Amino acid sequence: MALRALLGKDLRILRRSPALLALLIVYPVAIALLIGLALSSSPARPRVAFLNEIPPNQATIQLGSQQINTTRYEQELFQAIQPVPVGSMAEALADVRDGSTIAALIIPPQLPEELASAAQTAYVQVIYNGNAINQALVQTAIESKLAQANALLATQLSHVADSYIDLLLSGGELHFLGSTYDVLGLVRARTALAAIETALPRSSPLRQRIATVENFAQIAVSHLGGSKKVIAAVAAPIAVRQRVVSGSRTPLNDYAVAVAVAVSLMFVCILLASGMLALEREENTLARLRRGLVSAGLLLSEKGILAAILGVAVSFAMLCGIGLFVPLGWGRAALWLLAMAGGGLAFAALGVAIGAIVHEVRAASLLALLVSLPLVFLALVPSASVSAGLYDVIRVVSAVFPFKAALEALDAAINQSQPSLGIALAHLAALIVGFGALSRIALRP
Amino acid sequence: MTSLEAHGLSKRFGDRVAVHDVSFSLGRGEVLAIIGPNGAGKTTLLSMLAGGLEPSEGELKLPPAGGIGWVPQQTAVYSKLSVAENLRLFARLEGVADAGAAVDRMLEQTGLRARAGDEVGRLSGGNRQRVNIAIGLISEPAVLLLDEPTSALDPRQRARLWEFINDRVLAGTSVAFATHDIAEAERYAGAVLVLADGEMLFAGSPAGLGAAEHENDLERAFVAFLAERGH
Repeated sequence: MALRALLGKDLRILRRSPALLALLIVYPVAIALLIGLALSSSPARPRVAFLNEIPPNQATIQLGSQQINTTRYEQELFQAIQPVPVGSMAEALADVRDGSTIAALIIPPQLPEELASAAQTAYVQVIYNGNAINQALVQTAIESKLAQANALLATQLSHVADSYIDLLLSGGELHFLGSTYDVLGLVRARTALAAIETALPRSSPLRQRIATVENFAQIAVSHLGGSKKVIAAVAAPIAVRQRVVSGSRTPLNDYAVAVAVAVSLMFVCILLASGMLALEREENTLARLRRGLVSAGLLLSEKGILAAILGVAVSFAMLCGIGLFVPLGWGRAALWLLAMAGGGLAFAALGVAIGAIVHEVRAASLLALLVSLPLVFLALVPSASVSAGLYDVIRVVSAVFPFKAALEALDAAINQSQPSLGIALAHLAALIVGFGALSRIALRP
Repeated sequence: MTSLEAHGLSKRFGDRVAVHDVSFSLGRGEVLAIIGPNGAGKTTLLSMLAGGLEPSEGELKLPPAGGIGWVPQQTAVYSKLSVAENLRLFARLEGVADAGAAVDRMLEQTGLRARAGDEVGRLSGGNRQRVNIAIGLISEPAVLLLDEPTSALDPRQRARLWEFINDRVLAGTSVAFATHDIAEAERYAGAVLVLADGEMLFAGSPAGLGAAEHENDLERAFVAFLAERGH
């Protein structure tokens, strides 16, 4: 009876706050649209001024018996950036300075010559501008494509090295500076030396010297044959074989959906729960209610339930909106709601605790934001990015606040990831009890 | 017939004693003024009587549930709800059997029927206080507790408020109110209780307080009474 009366009262108050009502409706729609479009469309390529100083007739280089067209690597690079062709270094610099491009990529004229020599590292020049995020974006794009180009060139160079080793081992024709040379090769040289050794008298002093050279040829044949494997390994020293130790691996896009839903659920629940309880103090009605009309437990539960219901409704609407752009497992919708309910109640319990401590709605909202934002960042810190000790501290902090557990519950419900939904919900239940107890203490007169 | 009795009532907040050893009784249809300087413990005492604070020591004999109406110093109403919605909500929370009839009655008695659908946040300070008092009376309590009920009202609004309260007193409601306005205590209360630093210094009629100081002017008597006792 009292719970229904309080819920009805708070819903009326919310309905009569047009800004808040508009926010509750517009927020999920806008966020769903933004995330849906971001995840379903291709990433934008950064605009990069591009200056190729290689003369067109020198774009193809000769490496051993093979010809390599450097324009092929340009096309690889253009998959990652949007090239803006420029005619000179000065023009490239001007474009970067005035912000029309966020970087410039200059291919120097001597690049084919340096590559063909295979004796020195060839360089391209990149000039950056813009903020750290822009720089990181273009740097990552260019470096990843250059790494691919390097890998392709390394493979080509290893093939060239192989052909030279074969020539040294087995002999054959060597074409160099327009002339053709007949190369004997170590195998044939050893055979010839053996024949000469046999033909010499047993007492000839030359036999010992020829035997030494013959042994050298034998050793060279054995080891040069093995060096081809070494060169192939150097071209690609590390290859990746992927294996997930436990659970299913959540693709980044799907994880982003879980994060977006968790963040929305958190903001709506914490802000509403803290604001609605602080409003009771601001309107001086808390003392009136607490003089025996409503128990502390009932009042706190009512705020928590209302905030969780609205938070789940907003987050579910948002997830449905995202589902228009990104494929989701609709058969698991009941589990989504379960995870949202657990997360929503835990966030609301935290919000109620904030509302019980703070006496004004504005202060409660500010504190709610100050508490929630760092929790999101902490929960998303990857384990390898900080020291082990600091990561342990972050894990403890994340464990005593609901965001990490709510994210794990949503990730498990939406993407079937580990830990299981049951474990995450048990964690959230413990947090609900903890924050509920804290709220009751804070609400004592 | 006694409506309310307090024996040795005390309240501590940590080491601070807000109210110490207060005893008094309030008969049916009686009006008691609780007077004292700022920080005397008037609001704390009323909060204990209203059930908002648990006494640290002492005994209280109160009317049954719903028998006490409380009107806090600052209006305690929901500004986004209408006058009628506020009254209906508290009628339901107080467990009033016929909430609709109670709302109708209070709208009539407070003269707020024409403003019943208006949000309380849009009312004048005087009308908000009338809603505040109407909520305190919604369950037709045997005892009405008011904490500085007229401090935010102009003289005309004060007169109308006391006219309204006196009607309730004539109907048998007992009233205890805290005030800084000694003239108001003299005019409307049959008994005064003087508090200072949580101690009860005097309980009796206003005339008795004047006689104790040989003063006809109650305000002067009150000031002299406190000064003699180091307050």
